[in-house]
Amino acid sequence: MVQLTVNGKAQKIDIDPETPVLWVVREQLGLVGTKFGCGASLCGACTVHIDGEPVRSCVTPLSEAEGKDVTTIEGIAAPDGTLHAVQEAWIKHQVPQCGYCQSGQIMSAVALLKENANPSDEDIDSAMSGNVCRCGMYTRIKAAIKTAAKGA
Amino acid sequence: MVSRAEKKAVKKAKRANESRARKWTRRSFIGAGAVAGIGVGGALMVGIAIRPGDRTDELAKFVTEGQEQLITTWVKIAPDNTVTAIIPHGEMGQGVHTALSAMLAEEMEADWDAMDIMEAPAEKDFANFELGREFLTGGANIPSPLFDTVNGLMLTAAKSMDLQITGGSTSVRFTGVAAMLTAGAAARELLLEAAAQQWDVPLGELRAEKSYIYHGDKKAPFAEFAEVAATLKPNLQPKLKKRSDYKLLGQSLPRVDIPAKVDGTAMFGIDAQVEGIKYGTVMAAPVHGQKIAKLDSKDAKAMPGVIGVYNMSDYVAVVAEGYWQAKQALDMVEVEWTVSGTENVNEESIFAQYAQSLDGGKKKVLHKAGNVTKGLKSAASVYEAEYRVPYLAHACMEPMNATAWVRDGKCDLWTGTQNPLGTRMVTAETLGMDPENVTVHTAFMGGGFGRRATPDYTNQAVMVAKKAGVPVKLIWSREESTQQDHYRPSVLGRFKAGLDEDGMPISWESDFVHKMDPPEASAVFYDIPNVRAQYADSPTHIRLGPWRSVDHTQHGYFTESFIDELAVNAGIDGYEYRRKLLKNKPRHLKVLDTAAKMAEWGKALPAGQAQGISICESFMTIVAEVVTIDMSQGEPRVLHVACAADAGLAVNPDGFEAQMESGIIYGLTAALYGEISIEDGAVEQSNFHDYQPMRMNDAPEIDVKIISSDAPIGGAGEPGTPPIAPAVANAVFKATGKRIRQLPLSKHEFGAAT
Repeated sequence: MVQLTVNGKAQKIDIDPETPVLWVVREQLGLVGTKFGCGASLCGACTVHIDGEPVRSCVTPLSEAEGKDVTTIEGIAAPDGTLHAVQEAWIKHQVPQCGYCQSGQIMSAVALLKENANPSDEDIDSAMSGNVCRCGMYTRIKAAIKTAAKGA
Repeated sequence: MVSRAEKKAVKKAKRANESRARKWTRRSFIGAGAVAGIGVGGALMVGIAIRPGDRTDELAKFVTEGQEQLITTWVKIAPDNTVTAIIPHGEMGQGVHTALSAMLAEEMEADWDAMDIMEAPAEKDFANFELGREFLTGGANIPSPLFDTVNGLMLTAAKSMDLQITGGSTSVRFTGVAAMLTAGAAARELLLEAAAQQWDVPLGELRAEKSYIYHGDKKAPFAEFAEVAATLKPNLQPKLKKRSDYKLLGQSLPRVDIPAKVDGTAMFGIDAQVEGIKYGTVMAAPVHGQKIAKLDSKDAKAMPGVIGVYNMSDYVAVVAEGYWQAKQALDMVEVEWTVSGTENVNEESIFAQYAQSLDGGKKKVLHKAGNVTKGLKSAASVYEAEYRVPYLAHACMEPMNATAWVRDGKCDLWTGTQNPLGTRMVTAETLGMDPENVTVHTAFMGGGFGRRATPDYTNQAVMVAKKAGVPVKLIWSREESTQQDHYRPSVLGRFKAGLDEDGMPISWESDFVHKMDPPEASAVFYDIPNVRAQYADSPTHIRLGPWRSVDHTQHGYFTESFIDELAVNAGIDGYEYRRKLLKNKPRHLKVLDTAAKMAEWGKALPAGQAQGISICESFMTIVAEVVTIDMSQGEPRVLHVACAADAGLAVNPDGFEAQMESGIIYGLTAALYGEISIEDGAVEQSNFHDYQPMRMNDAPEIDVKIISSDAPIGGAGEPGTPPIAPAVANAVFKATGKRIRQLPLSKHEFGAAT
């Protein structure tokens, strides 16, 4: 039995602790906003926060999250439903196309802005280049991060 | 802050999401039958269809026989005055739900802020006829007097084709133009007529605005007239607005699918929730066509959580309590594959075969103008070049997946597909069921790009679920998705031009292998009197499929590289050379000039930088791109792309720009690094490390300029892709003097440019 907190809620998970966090949140907890993309930490679609740090959940065993706080895309808006500044900026710039990578993009962007409230283009490139968008919305992602930074 | 319009989009999306959620139940949606009538919940429903054999109007007719509805779109009005557009196309990020419902709202005078959007279920009544016609006629612009003939030909074919495909950039330019606008106008006319009766006033004194009917100061919602409207005979040819009178179209509307895509609530195929669900994954033969000779599943079966390991003849399937468990177990399976005879096929043998097919094989002429033999004879000089492009995978972000539940003679299938109706038919055939017993629940697609038009992955899900006897969510690994794709063909193209004394082409010949669609991809729009494009079939065991812009990707690269070579040969600037050949094509010329102007073509650039230009026409949209690259690090780095596009009318300009940006990055990924190579008969690449996508740190700045013209509405999803590869290759030539006749660029070595 592995104990952890997911989006502020305590959870006890009875599964092989080697199971990647991705599959635990999706299949055990039904939080399907976090996506499977590559299974090898190459695309960032599965990005979640563990104790505030962005990690690729597809290669992070559950055991590494034991006793920690996991935040998924479902957990970044305020409890009253008010969207995070990054999510608002994503809508403002009409960022998503297919949208599949966007949970991961947003989780990486939220983590970046927490570390660095006013990132340069290079900062954004280096924080975001692990997140692939096959629809190629990089220009919009960058613009949205800057908007969110101003609003934050 | 999020604006009011965006908040409305959020609300609208929530409603759309709810209706989507409702669709995940097995409740049947509507029956076929009356075209205007009272449907579910007392709503007025109006359907519009293009029917084969129509003789008077190329656009649309209301039909009374359900069986004859081949392209159908519906609008319904609920008692609370919500107008719902029911859209026969899947959403894969191209914004089609927004664009199509805006087209309907425009003609109907419906209140955009109080509209609902729903994706049509995979029912025959919602099949997409125009796409079928395009396949059969090669996408040619058919003159109206010939429509009945063509439609007549289509009748037999379409009935068996079961088309409801989102592809070929057809959604807006066909379904939108032919059906949404007409359905909206017809619905508006019905409502006005009903109001005239109910209020006993002359029809001419009424007007419709924002889902209300007005007579002077008096007003009432559409819903009040729905019941009477449903009893009226619809006008067969409703009066359509002029483009200049559009209020919604041509405005950038916030996309309705976006809010759910920023908070994790958007439901993709992979997110299907079904009670008692188990998870499966598969491994197919690495060499396409091989089958299982021997399967040792003892160790796999002993793994925790494993429910079953199945020999599915050409693939192995594992079903377990979770995907990860299934994948771990699959890795323990030992398989020997049969010998298919293609185990020695590799890149070299494939291109040798192509060369042989072009050297001696039978060729089919696709385009012909004048006489190339005579043209060549009268030429002052001849110029030839040969180009190659590799296979390409789609690499959709969402790996292939489908969830199936087969029980009690019925099947439910949850998936993201570009072809719901075809999927339903194939599923029925696979299971030996009547299509009526198969329900396809569609979901958002995490990328399509053509891949999700082929229902192989759904078929596997169905077969595995049947075998396991439980609902199974079958998910392909990234490796499986990369190695079991239906690829953009690798192609060899040979070009020969006869030139006059000034180096301008008077004859143009292209020979190539693999013709898919659309046939006009290999046509040239330049003013050249003698043209012949012909192809040879040269099949290999590698599966092929449509890839964003289909044949236009390779032919755009070939044609625009060759033209650039001819310009260099003539000692004329590439932009000016194209201008000379387009002097009778004002639309093309304007697009080309606009892109050149945007990029300040010919300006002085820092050392190591160069510009390249190209222009392509695909899916009725003309796009020119000028790239600025930097070669100072010894490999091309694309700094900027100026893109000008004429699609007649961009229905949702911001959405159109996003499609251009997307098409450019997609094409740039392929041009710079895209290659699926074959060794020992199998695909060599497996995941994003060796089949690289473009990432943010390499992505250029992109500027898009939309040019409006009175041309018919063209496509948006694909036309941005073809021009980018030749534009980059042409820039590389300018920077280095090295002509790139084989993609991707990463195969070539460059010294640092000066």
